[in-house]
Amino acid sequence: MTLLSVRDLRVGFGREGHETEVVHGVDFDVTAGETLAIVGESGSGKSVTAMAINRLIDFGGGRILGGRATFDRKIDLATASEGQMQRLRGREIGMIFQEPMTSLNPVLKVGTQIGEVFRKQHGLSGRAVRDASIRALDRVRIPDAARRLDQAPHQMSGGMLQRVMIAIALAGEPRLLIADEPTTALDVTIQAQIMGLLAELKRDTGTGLIFITHDIGLVAGLADRIMVMRGGEAVENGAADQVLDRPAHDYTRHLLGAVPHFRAGQAARTDGARTGQVPALDVRGLSVRFPVGGGFLRKTRGVVHAVDGVSFDLVPGETLGIVGESGSGKSTTARAILDLVRPSAGRIETGGTAAVQMVFQNPNASLNPRMTVRGLLAEPVIAAGQNVDADVLERMRTLLGRVDLPDDLDRFPHEFSGGQRQRLCIARALMLNPKVLVLDEAVSALDVSVQAKVLDLLVDLQREFGLAYLFVSHDMAVVERIAHRIAVLYAGRIVEVGAARDVLSSPRHPYTQKLISAIPSIDRRRIDYTLDTEEVPSLLRPVGFVPPDQTWQEVGPDHRVAKEPLS
Amino acid sequence: MAVLRALLRHTSGQIGVVVIAVFAVAAVLGLLGLTPHDPLAQDRLARLQGPGATYWMGTDLFGRDILSRLMVGIGQSFAVALLSVGLAAGAGTVLGLTAAWFGKLWDGAVMRAMDVLLAFPAILLALLIVAILGPGLVTSVVAIAIVYTPIFTRVVRGPALSLKTRSFVDAARTFGSSRRYILIRHLLTNLVAPLTVQITLALAWALLTEAALSFLGLGTQPPSPSLGLMLSDSRNLMETAPWMLIFPALVIMLSVLGFNLLGDALRDVFDPRTRRALA
Amino acid sequence: MSYVLRRLLMFPVVMLGVSVFVFVAIRLVPGDAITAMLGTESGLLTPAQRESLTAYFGLDQNWAVQYWRWLTGLLQGDLGLSVTYGQPVSRIIIDRFPLTLELALLSMVIALMIGLPAGVFAATRVERPSDLIVRVFAMIGQSTPNFVLALLAIYILSVVFGILPTMGRFVPLTEDPLGNLAQMILPAIALGTAFAAAVTRISRAAMLDILGEDYVRTARSKGFSQRYVIWRHALPNALIPVITLSGVEFGYLLGGAVIVEQIFALPGLGRVVLDAILQRDYALVQGVVLFIAFNFLLVNLLVDLAYAALDPRIRYGAS
Repeated sequence: MTLLSVRDLRVGFGREGHETEVVHGVDFDVTAGETLAIVGESGSGKSVTAMAINRLIDFGGGRILGGRATFDRKIDLATASEGQMQRLRGREIGMIFQEPMTSLNPVLKVGTQIGEVFRKQHGLSGRAVRDASIRALDRVRIPDAARRLDQAPHQMSGGMLQRVMIAIALAGEPRLLIADEPTTALDVTIQAQIMGLLAELKRDTGTGLIFITHDIGLVAGLADRIMVMRGGEAVENGAADQVLDRPAHDYTRHLLGAVPHFRAGQAARTDGARTGQVPALDVRGLSVRFPVGGGFLRKTRGVVHAVDGVSFDLVPGETLGIVGESGSGKSTTARAILDLVRPSAGRIETGGTAAVQMVFQNPNASLNPRMTVRGLLAEPVIAAGQNVDADVLERMRTLLGRVDLPDDLDRFPHEFSGGQRQRLCIARALMLNPKVLVLDEAVSALDVSVQAKVLDLLVDLQREFGLAYLFVSHDMAVVERIAHRIAVLYAGRIVEVGAARDVLSSPRHPYTQKLISAIPSIDRRRIDYTLDTEEVPSLLRPVGFVPPDQTWQEVGPDHRVAKEPLS
Repeated sequence: MAVLRALLRHTSGQIGVVVIAVFAVAAVLGLLGLTPHDPLAQDRLARLQGPGATYWMGTDLFGRDILSRLMVGIGQSFAVALLSVGLAAGAGTVLGLTAAWFGKLWDGAVMRAMDVLLAFPAILLALLIVAILGPGLVTSVVAIAIVYTPIFTRVVRGPALSLKTRSFVDAARTFGSSRRYILIRHLLTNLVAPLTVQITLALAWALLTEAALSFLGLGTQPPSPSLGLMLSDSRNLMETAPWMLIFPALVIMLSVLGFNLLGDALRDVFDPRTRRALA
Repeated sequence: MSYVLRRLLMFPVVMLGVSVFVFVAIRLVPGDAITAMLGTESGLLTPAQRESLTAYFGLDQNWAVQYWRWLTGLLQGDLGLSVTYGQPVSRIIIDRFPLTLELALLSMVIALMIGLPAGVFAATRVERPSDLIVRVFAMIGQSTPNFVLALLAIYILSVVFGILPTMGRFVPLTEDPLGNLAQMILPAIALGTAFAAAVTRISRAAMLDILGEDYVRTARSKGFSQRYVIWRHALPNALIPVITLSGVEFGYLLGGAVIVEQIFALPGLGRVVLDAILQRDYALVQGVVLFIAFNFLLVNLLVDLAYAALDPRIRYGAS
């Protein structure tokens, strides 16, 4: 049965009569029990389309300019009054948002925020509200539900909050659920948990689901139909297998082709054999610890072991990928190498000053908005005590050309796109001829098709200048494209390290295996996600805690696995 | 330049700029002595005269020209406000910037000291300082500067703390840029927006505080004219000579309003969220 | 928990700083201490009297000793003796504080009753004519100094309407509540107007920010009405800056309204401070100023605790 039928839907923003149209007439249907995935990059209009359906767009300065959206064969959502919409929202159409951390009211208890839905939609009161709320949390596998009801949102992890959001959206027993990038802000293993939950709900309740994402690989496991959007238009709309296997539109092919998809080691680099070169970077026994709760008149409550006894080396021309989820210590490792955090133990050897440079995650934040390209590129030179002379200006121009940016030194960062800004950051990092580049999630903030271009540039630069890369990332598909070797970080320690192909194709550590099985891929269709709700372990240790030594097992020519059990 | 253009497209910005410009011209003329009459000259034949052809805004109990006295008063008020806010902004910037950068003990010491100063209502703290230094214009400048230093310290410290964690400061540290370079090139240049807004708003408060002090007889000393003193003089004569009340009251309200409007407009102009809407 | 504790610990630290500041400030006043303490009457003293007084007040000791004696006196409730009033400073404060408190409370009630609804109303009608009207009034209110408003109010009432505001002997609330209110309402309006304007502006701005938050969108996605979303989800968050501002303004009003009290001939704390400074009665200045700062810090401590009660992020010390 067709639950929702959208025809020629057009949406715009701005003052009445002066709207800028951003969605130019899309058509799609959602059937009960079916999942429609809407895929597109930022600016494609996918989220606007979703929010137009339950008319939340009205509160964001937007307006439906034309078309129909017939719900349940009765109501046209495009012309329904706000009063009608209020009766539909929550009861018939539920919604899950991208940022679980900001989507729950920070000053209200979790129980209040679930309970109010049961009060409104089912007329429950008193004890019944609490019981229903506990059942709702149980259903999304939140342990210790009764206690969680009395907690505030900030006391829970992002993955748990997203499960609470799902419980809230389901509390009204809607027939249509809209999920707007519900896993984008989450780690990959947590993403697998949420996907598993959504798959189970679809199976059990027959709810129609609209799943919005930028990641076409992610929906392969869940979607029945896929609609691809670009620039406010639907370029392709069809059965999932058809769109994935026989894409009709160039843009779909581009998304499937240009975007890095995880290939379990098959796409790993084969160039650059590791021979007996002198390491460009040698890290031995690196530990970073932060005391917690200390301060005036108070005792230190414990120590966060952010990084614990990490060792690796890096030879010229080689990329070491450091992978792990949030809290694994991968960024702290990168920052310790650049002396941005003070290591509490360990030795870091580099080939002299300025031999190691860094590129940060967010190119918007890593370029001072009030400096021109000239000032930005001159900064490392000035810091090294050199004069900005004709030679330096010549080098600026050469590097700008090399990273494919216009030869204009007087522009400000805001005049560039995100991908261009990141290339500017790379040029800046190369000003002093470093031997090693530390790339901390350097492509994570970029749109998927821009990612591929920056990765290609990095590989070219590596070959040309013999650079060594320490490539820190949470994204296994990206790491697979650029890394020769991979180190897997879990709870501050390396648990597995070796040649990229070996680690990705035959992971040996249980955590690496879990991480890799959680990676979405277009080759994985209609997966029966197993629901696992394990949380990341706490890194907070008592004062004076000494971590047990790791023992290593060689499982291949360049492939080692830590033997100590997961704690 | 872009800021100025955006400001002139903003309605409150336009009004604010015009009001401030008018008063600034009056202030400069007043300070240069280019007033219609001598502000101190007493015309015994024209005491308590209403607004007319000779004395546009009337005269006071001694037959002195209200308009000329207002112009000199505005000049002094603006001078006191500019000097004191300049001092407060300078001191507050240095304290707030160093507190944010060095943190720990220095931050604690600076911020607790500012808490101590903030524990006194502005006018009371100013009174206390006047008691120490004796009444007068210079005292007003010092008193108002001390009163508003904690506010600038807070206004600078907050954003400086968040700028300190931005990646471009991290990047600068990885290059080995000097502390001076980072504080000036990276932090200070990005604090221009909040500082400009705060300076504009502080000018409004400073005008107000200066008027309050001189109203109490602790600022400018007679016979030198000042806005506060003129208001104070009007109190017992408001029935017979309401112009003695109305004109100084209007001048104070409008000049404070002008700076408030300008400050609001600047805040909008600097805020990237509203900037898009304005463009 | 740690937040509440930190705030509680900071209170005595800042209070100690305030006491040192006041102590040193008084000693920086030009002239010798006896003159500073006794004011103009010191001229009548013989050298022998002067010497015995110096010894009596411990002024022959160094500053540290003097401060210690003053501080220990303070902790026992001894704020010193006012020469001009011939009374203990604490007695004067007890006499004058009720009026100041009443005035501050009245002003805050006016400010919150007008400012909060106006701000919320304007935020929900942003950029429409009603929002514009609220903003214009708030801007004018904020730009009118209380003493200018007080003078204009008197002028309009007495000269234009011929009603004479009761400015005679002050009638305490306990004697004649209506007569007292008639005396207090004009000063309360003079003080409350700018306060109301500030509350309007901050509640409008806070409400506007919060209406754009993700969790407000979530509440709407649950099907709740505009009214419910505003009162249940947005307002508790918007109140946080409003409470902070109100605490600061109210705390300052507890220090007395120096000029407004003078204009309306009200015997509050503001008048005491002004008279004490003009008469160089420094024991009184010292005591009253310290009391005022204490009140301000106390009010703001309470505000911070209210904050913690309202926002669990602060209560549990989230970053």
